[in-house]
Amino acid sequence: MSALTREETEALIQEVLEVYPEKARKDREKHLMVNDQSIEQSKKCITSNRKSLPGVMTIRGCAYAGSKGVVWGPIKDMIHISHGPVGCGQYSRAGRRNYYVGTTGINTFGTMNFTSDFQEKDIVFGGDKKLAKVMTEIEGLFPLNKGISIQSECPIGLIGDDIEAVAKKTAAETGKPVVPVRCEGFRGVSQSLGHHIANDAIRDWVLPRREGKAFEGTPYDVAVIGDYNIGGDAWSSRILLEEMGLRVIAQWSGDGTIAEMEKTPYVKLNLIHCYRSMNYIARHMEEKYSIPWIEYNFFGPTKVAESLRAIAAHFDDKIKAGAERVIAKYQAMMDEVIAKYKPRLQGKRVMLYVGGLRPRHVIGAYEDLGMEVVGTGYEFGHGDDYDRTIKDMGNATLIYDDVTGFEFEEFVKRVKPDLVGSGIKEKFIFQKMGVPFRQMHSWDYSGPYHGYDGFAIFARDMDMTINNPCWSKMQAPWLKKAEPEAEKKAA
Amino acid sequence: MANIMIQRGSKGDYVFYLPKRDLEDAIVSMEFDTPEKWGGEIKLNNGGSYYIEPQIAPAKLPISLRARRLDAAE
Repeated sequence: MSALTREETEALIQEVLEVYPEKARKDREKHLMVNDQSIEQSKKCITSNRKSLPGVMTIRGCAYAGSKGVVWGPIKDMIHISHGPVGCGQYSRAGRRNYYVGTTGINTFGTMNFTSDFQEKDIVFGGDKKLAKVMTEIEGLFPLNKGISIQSECPIGLIGDDIEAVAKKTAAETGKPVVPVRCEGFRGVSQSLGHHIANDAIRDWVLPRREGKAFEGTPYDVAVIGDYNIGGDAWSSRILLEEMGLRVIAQWSGDGTIAEMEKTPYVKLNLIHCYRSMNYIARHMEEKYSIPWIEYNFFGPTKVAESLRAIAAHFDDKIKAGAERVIAKYQAMMDEVIAKYKPRLQGKRVMLYVGGLRPRHVIGAYEDLGMEVVGTGYEFGHGDDYDRTIKDMGNATLIYDDVTGFEFEEFVKRVKPDLVGSGIKEKFIFQKMGVPFRQMHSWDYSGPYHGYDGFAIFARDMDMTINNPCWSKMQAPWLKKAEPEAEKKAA
Repeated sequence: MANIMIQRGSKGDYVFYLPKRDLEDAIVSMEFDTPEKWGGEIKLNNGGSYYIEPQIAPAKLPISLRARRLDAAE
């Protein structure tokens, strides 16, 4: 179990909070908790989805990041215009490694940046004309695009441009879908609202497009929802589903297309991987089209097997047998991976701070390797995420919501984990502190981590990072005292 | 008035969902729960309560409804 007892962890939280002014301390106190598995309702002990305190270093993004960066961006055959000044689109361009198949600039546009590049005059006189012109130009230059989405940046909402009108007009001219998304960055407290807005845009502008048209379905049609194909994640998930006999007709939205999304109302079951960003659309489809949905977890063999069985339970015996076949097929490979890496990683402790689904989903994968997650937290989770997390985490472990840069550093100094998993903004701080670090947003330019194939890569990467010889070289040789071991992990 | 969604949970119970605040919670009690009369005051697990106009029980769940907040938990 965790090295710190419940009392020690509680004391640690109080100690870290001491530096804040009275008001800030009261606010931050609500976002930090010591896990207690007996709690049913996270709400009583942790507050989430609240505005970050001014002045602290938060790691959150904005609504535009949630819509353009997460939900819409990976749809490869559409062009996503970052409508507004150039920076938002340019600095987030291609950073998320949503892999896709296609020829960029011809029929796919995933890593390109399209922007209306707002200038002062556009703010003063409005940017609708410019937007219409941009879209006409796009049609001329990239005729193979299958549609356009307009991702609003902050100024659009502030000056009140009517992008819906422009979208409708252009859609009528080109005959392709043009989707206006009101995801101005100032909306909401984090990227989470951006996900919601993006889901609502899909609901209103995409799903109805194929209603009532013929579709040749099978009883085994499913959609993979909320897998963004980071480093190829969706591909390593998809092959498992197909091997067990299901037909994946849509991927949302990693390596996905607009046609796939339009077809989704015809599936028999929606499979939700990232609950946080895509549960809204799943709920909508459940209500409108009576499509059930389940959450699944493809991190680590234990959870993969569990999920495959849970998915198969929604289908007939053929699929159930298929699931068992797939699990049995990969068992030997998994045993080999675990036999190789578990002795090297056994007992190592991990602290996570990520977004979406990973703070709870990857716990199983670490446990498969004999590692222990001693702290976890969401950038933009809501109450229902924490409800689910409490059960997955060990007792007396730390849970932190929207943790600030300062708090996270102090926690790591005291808890002394063997590995920290977070994003690029935290990476170099911890590496310079001498703590092994993996980026758990983009898999540190590695991946995929989903599915059985992904687990082999995951295990290798964790071993590579934790057992890297560089961590014993953190101190200059001439400063080395008799006990280099003790220094190794010290902050 | 707020738009809410009521659906069936995994154990056959009702689950309340308020999209605007992304609040998901179990319904502990519903004033009327018969096929002819359904709705009324609903109490949530977090202590909040809402009121939906009593109506004929919906043919299928989930269903989106308008609800009035009687007592919020937070």
